[in-house]
Amino acid sequence: MPALKQLSDLLSAKFPDAFLEVTEFRGMLSIHIRGGLILDLLRMLKTDPRFAYNFLADVTAVDHLKKGGHTRYSVVYHLLNQYDAKRIVVHAWVDEENPALPSVYSLWKTADWQEREVFDLFGIRFEGHPDLRRIMNPEDFGFHPLRKDYPLHGRGERDDFPVVGRTIGSKWPADRSFE
Amino acid sequence: MTLTAKELSTEKLELNFGPSHPATHGTLRVQLEADGEIVTRADAEIGFLHSGFEKLGEHLSYNQYITITDRMNYLSPLCNNVAFALAVEKLLGIEAPKRAQYLRVLMCELSRIADHLLAIGMLAVDVGAFTVFLYGFRIREKIYDLFEMVCGARLTTSYTRVGGLMRDVPDDFDAVCREVLAEIPTAMEQIDGLLTHNRIWLDRTRNIGVITPEQAISYGLTGPIARATGIDYDIRVKEPYSCYEDFTFDVIIGENGDVYDRYMVRFYEVWESIKICEQVLDKLPSGPVNVDADTKYTLPPRNEIFNSIEALIHHFEVTMENRGFTPPVGETYVPTESPNGELGYFIVSDGGREPYRVRTRPPSLINFSVFPEIMPGQTISDIVAVLGSLNIIAGELDR
Amino acid sequence: MGIDRSGRGEWLTTTLDAFVNWARKNSLWPMPFGTACCGIELMAVLASRHDIARFGAEALRFSPRQSDLLLVAGRISIKMMPVLTRIYQQMPEPKWVISMGACASSGGIFDTYSVIQGIDKFLPVDVYLPGCPPRPEAILHGLISLQKVIMRDSMQHYEQLDGAAPG
Repeated sequence: MPALKQLSDLLSAKFPDAFLEVTEFRGMLSIHIRGGLILDLLRMLKTDPRFAYNFLADVTAVDHLKKGGHTRYSVVYHLLNQYDAKRIVVHAWVDEENPALPSVYSLWKTADWQEREVFDLFGIRFEGHPDLRRIMNPEDFGFHPLRKDYPLHGRGERDDFPVVGRTIGSKWPADRSFE
Repeated sequence: MTLTAKELSTEKLELNFGPSHPATHGTLRVQLEADGEIVTRADAEIGFLHSGFEKLGEHLSYNQYITITDRMNYLSPLCNNVAFALAVEKLLGIEAPKRAQYLRVLMCELSRIADHLLAIGMLAVDVGAFTVFLYGFRIREKIYDLFEMVCGARLTTSYTRVGGLMRDVPDDFDAVCREVLAEIPTAMEQIDGLLTHNRIWLDRTRNIGVITPEQAISYGLTGPIARATGIDYDIRVKEPYSCYEDFTFDVIIGENGDVYDRYMVRFYEVWESIKICEQVLDKLPSGPVNVDADTKYTLPPRNEIFNSIEALIHHFEVTMENRGFTPPVGETYVPTESPNGELGYFIVSDGGREPYRVRTRPPSLINFSVFPEIMPGQTISDIVAVLGSLNIIAGELDR
Repeated sequence: MGIDRSGRGEWLTTTLDAFVNWARKNSLWPMPFGTACCGIELMAVLASRHDIARFGAEALRFSPRQSDLLLVAGRISIKMMPVLTRIYQQMPEPKWVISMGACASSGGIFDTYSVIQGIDKFLPVDVYLPGCPPRPEAILHGLISLQKVIMRDSMQHYEQLDGAAPG
């Protein structure tokens, strides 16, 4: 696979400390890198005419707690080159303690909401983000629900609301059937 | 006594819009700061329909998750079904038979027609033209009938399966579908007559909510909204999936990126979709709609299950809990062109029966993120027009 | 009700309950709280084929203060629940609630951390509509069922609870 080897050599020369590996699965190339240098890597992929990945399609994250990986979390960037219709995936690996990496808002403004979503659901902080706060869950939601150690049914948040009864009509018949 | 302009005190007006408001089509909230009629700041708050789709996906098997994808974009659920099935098939390294792929294209395009009709109708309702909604919904009901014919449900279709389709279309489907397709142009002409050259419509939509191509790329916009700004990118053409390369159609491109252009792009895409549907019906190959049952990805034919023990055991193996197929360790992403833009499922597999992680690339969320950028400078009454033209689907926005 | 045509004028004899209930049930003003898929089927009921106007409930009001029927159509998340409660409290009496679809009634397939497992845990519900989403015919059936509930109503039942604010 020349493309994979070439890319791997280029990146290991450019980012000797941070570069981890390049993998391929079903024709989709994935670059794995340590989170600290993600902004430099994406800037290179965007501006270097050899790559010209001008479009950030998606930002998400994966919690590798049960699966295993370089570190616990990886933030996943899907890049698209709209001139040649080529795609590439970048995994930026961050640690379990104090998960944080630079924001790519300066390159693409779509990172604004998508990084907020990753922060809300995984608790990964993006340094340099203009307005990093929860986007999906309420502000006072204490957890990051897509982490693997958070249960599917939650920790009782969905049952914690005041009950509102009928304000009038205390003498309504107990049997409310209408047949 | 007369007051000079200097003595009149002015202050900014704070307005709250939503989360329960007729023009939000679901649930979102906009906090506005207005200087008279002019919006100076618009902050959007979302998440009112966050339902944990992605968490749920980690606890359901691949075929079970198809029912969940229906509820994500409920204007065109079949496009979601197809996008998810394609991603799982890529993960498994299989390809659905030709007939299934053609039927998927047909269903996607019918969904696109239905979606665009409702999007145009709701945009018209928001700016005060209720009639268009009724005309659009008349055809939408006919398309619902087609969906009901093939899969038994109007809205939550769950029509695809990993490796093919739930079942083949009925024998008389071809004739009924052609009949419906022949009716759509009449409705489109009616909508055209009501809106396209209507002076009020032009005043309410022209040069409103303008998005530049640079903004569109920076904000990751896709679909009709990006094409209305002049970006020539349609995944059906550039990265064809499910045999889209077999059909000829034009990609509709706008010029100004305003509400009117978004309407026009959707309007003409309906015509292109009709063309694709007719080509599918003309070229539809015969054959099975599922990959061979021996691969253990799909169920054996129904009459074999009742008549042979091998097929019965096979059926049991596929459907029971703790049974079923296990894809290899890996991750895939297949982009598809949904009516709102790029829709794709990013699936991470750890080799188990359930996906390790399912991520949806939600076009509505990413398209809506441009809203705070384009609103300053517009009037308050333009908010509903811009929201309608972005076609926000709350289920997909919040997941 | 009985109609008497013997005199010079025409007479209608009825109980006040029957008359008031008859008027109320045929002029329900729904507040559609459509959040998800069910909202689309609700639109289908409003459109020409199914036409909810035949049952006198076509006057949708998006302000809770003008409506007497809360139609909760779609799943309710933990972020939405305080909003829904607020809207219910803003509606004037008499008021009824239809919980439309599996998600609003029980959480449906969304047994997750952020979806309320049935709005009846926190709000009084009069009619539940099964289905995911219910067909338009089912919505009409739900409306007719609610009309039957209203016909069983009586002025005697409307006693102010202690301390509750008047509607």
